[in-house]
Amino acid sequence: MIDIGLGHYLTLGAIIFTIGIVGIFLNRKNIIVILMSIELILLAVNINLVAFSIFLNDITGQIFTLFILTVAAAEAAIGLAIIVVYYRNSSTIRVEEINSLKG
Amino acid sequence: MEIAILFLPLVASIAAGFFGKFIGDRNSEIITSVFVSASSILSFILFYEVVVNSYESNVVIATWINSGTLNVNWSIKVDPLSSVMLVVVTLVSSLVHIYSIGYMSHDPHKSRFMAYLSLFTFAMLTLVTADNFLQLFFGWEGVGLCSYFLIGFWFKKDSANAAAIKAFVVNRVGDFGFALGIFLIFYLFGTVNYSEVFQQVPQIINKELLFLGINIKAIDLICILLFIGAMGKSAQILLHTWLPDAMEGPTPVSALIHAATMVTAGVFLVVRCSPIFEYSPLTLNIITVVGMTTAFFAATIALVQTDIKKIIAYSTCSQLGYMFFAAGVGAYNVAMFHLFTHAFFKALLFLGSGSVIHSFKDEQNINQMGAVYKKLPYTWILMIIGTLALTGFPFLSGFYSKDAIIEFAYLKGNTTGYYAAGIGVLTALLTSIYSWRLIFKTFHGTYNNNKVKIEEVHESPLVMLIPLIILAIGAIFAGFLFKDLFIGHGGENNFWGQSIKFLNPLSTDHPPLWVILITPVLVLLSIPISYYLFVKNKKLPNQFAQSNKPLYNFLVNKWYFDELYDVIFIQSSKKIGLFFWKIMDIKIIDKFGPDGFSLIIKSLSLRASKFQSGFIYQYAFMILIGLSALLTFLILQ
Repeated sequence: MIDIGLGHYLTLGAIIFTIGIVGIFLNRKNIIVILMSIELILLAVNINLVAFSIFLNDITGQIFTLFILTVAAAEAAIGLAIIVVYYRNSSTIRVEEINSLKG
Repeated sequence: MEIAILFLPLVASIAAGFFGKFIGDRNSEIITSVFVSASSILSFILFYEVVVNSYESNVVIATWINSGTLNVNWSIKVDPLSSVMLVVVTLVSSLVHIYSIGYMSHDPHKSRFMAYLSLFTFAMLTLVTADNFLQLFFGWEGVGLCSYFLIGFWFKKDSANAAAIKAFVVNRVGDFGFALGIFLIFYLFGTVNYSEVFQQVPQIINKELLFLGINIKAIDLICILLFIGAMGKSAQILLHTWLPDAMEGPTPVSALIHAATMVTAGVFLVVRCSPIFEYSPLTLNIITVVGMTTAFFAATIALVQTDIKKIIAYSTCSQLGYMFFAAGVGAYNVAMFHLFTHAFFKALLFLGSGSVIHSFKDEQNINQMGAVYKKLPYTWILMIIGTLALTGFPFLSGFYSKDAIIEFAYLKGNTTGYYAAGIGVLTALLTSIYSWRLIFKTFHGTYNNNKVKIEEVHESPLVMLIPLIILAIGAIFAGFLFKDLFIGHGGENNFWGQSIKFLNPLSTDHPPLWVILITPVLVLLSIPISYYLFVKNKKLPNQFAQSNKPLYNFLVNKWYFDELYDVIFIQSSKKIGLFFWKIMDIKIIDKFGPDGFSLIIKSLSLRASKFQSGFIYQYAFMILIGLSALLTFLILQ
């Protein structure tokens, strides 16, 4: 049995963070996937915070995590709402077709 | 008084030109006519003073340029020569002003027209009253400018614009020579004032100069350059092509500028510079040859033209040739005399033809006229007076001046003189034939106009006829009255004083009787001949034209001068221009210059703009890359 230490947690957090980042950039299909990727990034941060909280024996990190979870839930709700409104306006949420920022 | 003569036309011009809209057309016409007429009356008083009291003066208006040794005044020089020119210019100008009131009555731009006419008068007066070459040049260019304005007065006609530009460009050629002549005068004498230059002329007669690789006597070079200027302004052969085209302008303009005043500026220049020209026999011979060639060649062209104004324009060209060869044989006073009489009868002919054109509602082709002498009785009589005077009918003005020219050419006694006299007689005959052709085709024979019914042809209003009558009086009596004053035989008459220099006094011999008689006899004979040719037996000239087709075409096409210039100058400069435009400018300068830079920048920015895709995830990726790069950089430090 290997001993699971701080390094493993941080590695897991880094992996999830990278998946989230790559999910944003490589995703060509659906804007909801971007939303999910953002959630992943936040979770990676949470893992980091919890890991350090245990490691440093400081409860602050875990409380912070709870706040982040709350904010993430609210953010997900708002994000979904924006997507619904956007779909109503332009009848698509495909990432490739959302380029109205182009001059 | 001198100042009033000079500035009244300028004031009138400013009033009509800048304030014409406020004071109205009618007032502009009245102001310009009255002011120029006042100037004319003052000129006559001045002329009287000069003749009777030998009055001379030089009123300095202002110092124009005072730089180093170049001292130029703006002044009014009054001497016999300029007083004659003053009378000619202001008299014809005032009559033309009055005539224009009638002639331009249907034109929407009356005040502008009057302003140009007055401005022209001012420029011409500056020219003739100059006491130095620079002011002369100023007036010279001023009249050229006004001529340009007035030829192109009907700016909606393409042909008028083209003619105006042609006149301007051809005159540039002459003016270039003239300007070079003035530079040379300043270089050699260190001054451009007449009196100082003329004084120093004898000192440089033997001086030689290297010009374009040729050793040439400085005095010859000066005279030739000045004469090139005179050729341009006075439409002598090679530089004459603008004058017939200039007939695109309104007819009063042709009468004032292209018959009586501006085109005689070249003759005036030669006469004014007689103290220089007298020392250059070479140039005098050139002037004689050019003058007689022009006289002859213009007369031959006038024989076959059908445009009433072009006939008279070529006639002007021809008469200017007479003046030049008079000057060339040293008879400057005779040249001035012919200038003086010519102003009357040629202005009369032009204004008369304007009256005809006006009656025919702007028809200028003499083949479209005819049989209207009963409809236009006054114009008819006045035109006949003008024609008689022009052809040198005995005891009218042209008789005295033209015969004097031929006599003096004969008396010159050298080869050029005899040639000139012979050509002069021949040209007089041609002049007579084409002038009568004009009269007979216009007023006699059958009525040939389909557009205007003969009942609609009507005599011109009184305001147009009065100037004609005054000019006709001049055309009849000017020669007889001023003969003794201008060209009196025998030296006791010294009207010209210092203003004309004769190195060798003119011959006072009388030429043989046959020389005196030949011209009037030919002129008299030509009247019935012309009547027979152009009224009785019209087929004969046509048959002659048919059987001599090449000659006829040669004359109708004006000796192919325009075509020749087109091939030599216009096409080649067009090609050079195209080369510089298409190859040098577009393919080399632009390609490697501005166009090249803009192309590079354009392609670079096109590439850069690809970064702006509009996809948020790409932007976010860029942010991330940037952040990582920044962090890496900071950590590595």
